[in-house]
Amino acid sequence: MRPLPRTVSVTALSCLALLYVPLVAVAVLSFNKTRLGTAWGGFTTGWYERLLSNTTVLTAAKNSLIVACVSTLVATVIGTLLAIGLRRLPLGRRGRLLGEMATTLPTVTPDVLLAAALVVSYGLFRTVSSVFDPGLVTLIIGHITFQISFVAVVVGSRLAAIGTDQIEAARDLYASTGLLWRRVLLPQLAPGIVAGGLLAFTLSLDDFVVSFFVSGPSSTTLPILIYASVKRGVTPEIHALSTLIVAATMLTILGIALLDRRNPRSSRP
Amino acid sequence: MNGPVPGDLHIAGIRKSFGPVQVLHGVSVDIPDGQFTTLLGPSGCGKTTLLRIVAGFEAPDAGTVRLGTTDLLPLPANQRPVNTVFQSYALFPHLTVRDNVAFGLRARRVPEADVKRRADAMLASVRIEALAARRPHELSGGQRQRVALARALVNEPEVLLLDEPMSALDAKLRHDVQLELKRIQRECGITFVLVTHDQDEAIAVSDRILIMNQGRIEQDGTPEEVYERPLSRFVANFMGSANVLDARRLAADQVVTALGDLVVASNPVWEQGSVAIRPEDIEIRTTGEGINHLPGRISDRLFRGDHWEVIVDVRGQSLRVKTEPDQYHAVDQAVFVELPKDDLLVLRD
Repeated sequence: MRPLPRTVSVTALSCLALLYVPLVAVAVLSFNKTRLGTAWGGFTTGWYERLLSNTTVLTAAKNSLIVACVSTLVATVIGTLLAIGLRRLPLGRRGRLLGEMATTLPTVTPDVLLAAALVVSYGLFRTVSSVFDPGLVTLIIGHITFQISFVAVVVGSRLAAIGTDQIEAARDLYASTGLLWRRVLLPQLAPGIVAGGLLAFTLSLDDFVVSFFVSGPSSTTLPILIYASVKRGVTPEIHALSTLIVAATMLTILGIALLDRRNPRSSRP
Repeated sequence: MNGPVPGDLHIAGIRKSFGPVQVLHGVSVDIPDGQFTTLLGPSGCGKTTLLRIVAGFEAPDAGTVRLGTTDLLPLPANQRPVNTVFQSYALFPHLTVRDNVAFGLRARRVPEADVKRRADAMLASVRIEALAARRPHELSGGQRQRVALARALVNEPEVLLLDEPMSALDAKLRHDVQLELKRIQRECGITFVLVTHDQDEAIAVSDRILIMNQGRIEQDGTPEEVYERPLSRFVANFMGSANVLDARRLAADQVVTALGDLVVASNPVWEQGSVAIRPEDIEIRTTGEGINHLPGRISDRLFRGDHWEVIVDVRGQSLRVKTEPDQYHAVDQAVFVELPKDDLLVLRD
């Protein structure tokens, strides 16, 4: 093979650096004794200790986790049902394509549009019930609305990969519809469902735009807290918090990748 | 026939269209219990659709499918006493070989002790007992094919449907599997209906061959019959590489072809039609006096190992001739070909 031109590797590594240098810088600064500026003043874990005794931060972290867990759980169930429904409905070729587009579209719609639409909707619903006052409930519903699409897309692609011949084989081997799902489809979909759920979880944990629009004073999440704190000046405490969030997200993504590797390979010759 | 026999499969008047395309034009056939029947034809002839209708994956527009006295068409696929070996094998990738084979038994709530015993016995009879704990992706193509066969046969179906089960195997393996399939069918006595486009495979394994073309059964007979006595131009072309000649009737035992006048053994029913002769039935001679002896010239020859394939040019027409490996003919050599009149088949079209 021809040796790789140096320019290719330099470009690729530069791009990677562009992505990760800021994150690494934040992580490094979160262990820096210097309170202001970027001069290295020695190693400390003090900022993490202060962070963990800061009740505002802890409340925001608790809110973030509650919202992420509940919304992920609900969105995973609804998104999976949506993917299954789209596959099973007798839509025809064009109908199916339309359905797939309608599922995918929200994943590329700007968040701010969704956020604005939610604010309007909640305003309308609020005349009926106070449940729609800005708070954890509106946050959770908001997150569910954008998570569903991601789950449905991930689960739907797994479902499509299973192929009709396995469904016919199960039927041929006397399986009822229930058995077909329990023994053939769901076991093969499970990694896709979990991967979709983990993706939804990271999206919820990191979401700022939608949360900013629909949360209330008592339902501040970590991204909103960081935004508010940064306006008052970036402190190493914020660096520590950001580092923790990035670490949590990376671990989740790693989980998705591992699950994907465990997917049974196709049986096709 | 004296009344319905329990295991006989009766297919009558099956029609099926997909949108504007009619793929089956009223197919009728009776398949006796225990017979190894092959539906043979080119792709698009409707053979797979017919198989899928028997399995219950497609509903026909008209016609009936009965097994003995039981009408199969109202039954969904999972209630028919029929199992299928799929072209793609369609093994469940998340289950082990043993669990794949046990799937049908468990679905019918056979007691677990029997499931284990029957699955293991089945795995042994197709000689893959050592692979019981493996998953499909850890198997070779031939091994997967055996699992697919075992998974269907373990249910002891009335009829086993095989949809091009050997198309994914290489030539050597295919030959072994054909022998194996024939052995298994003889041992279990189950009715096998095989779909294939490979005439060698059909001839090797079948008790009976149904040749299909454009949604109709073109010829029905034993392998010997359809090979030795093709009735139509299509069958003659499809079953090996027969020489098919356009012909015009001259007299009760004589036709005119591009090669010259030929004597035939049976009286053609047409004025314009065709006759056929197999490459192995044509004799090459150095001198030529007698019935159906024609002068020609060797235009090409290919050594095929167990025979020579010789192309003889007769009046500008190419004739394919098979000769023994020790019979040597040089290119451009002038020869005579003999088309024995008993081997010169008068086709119906």
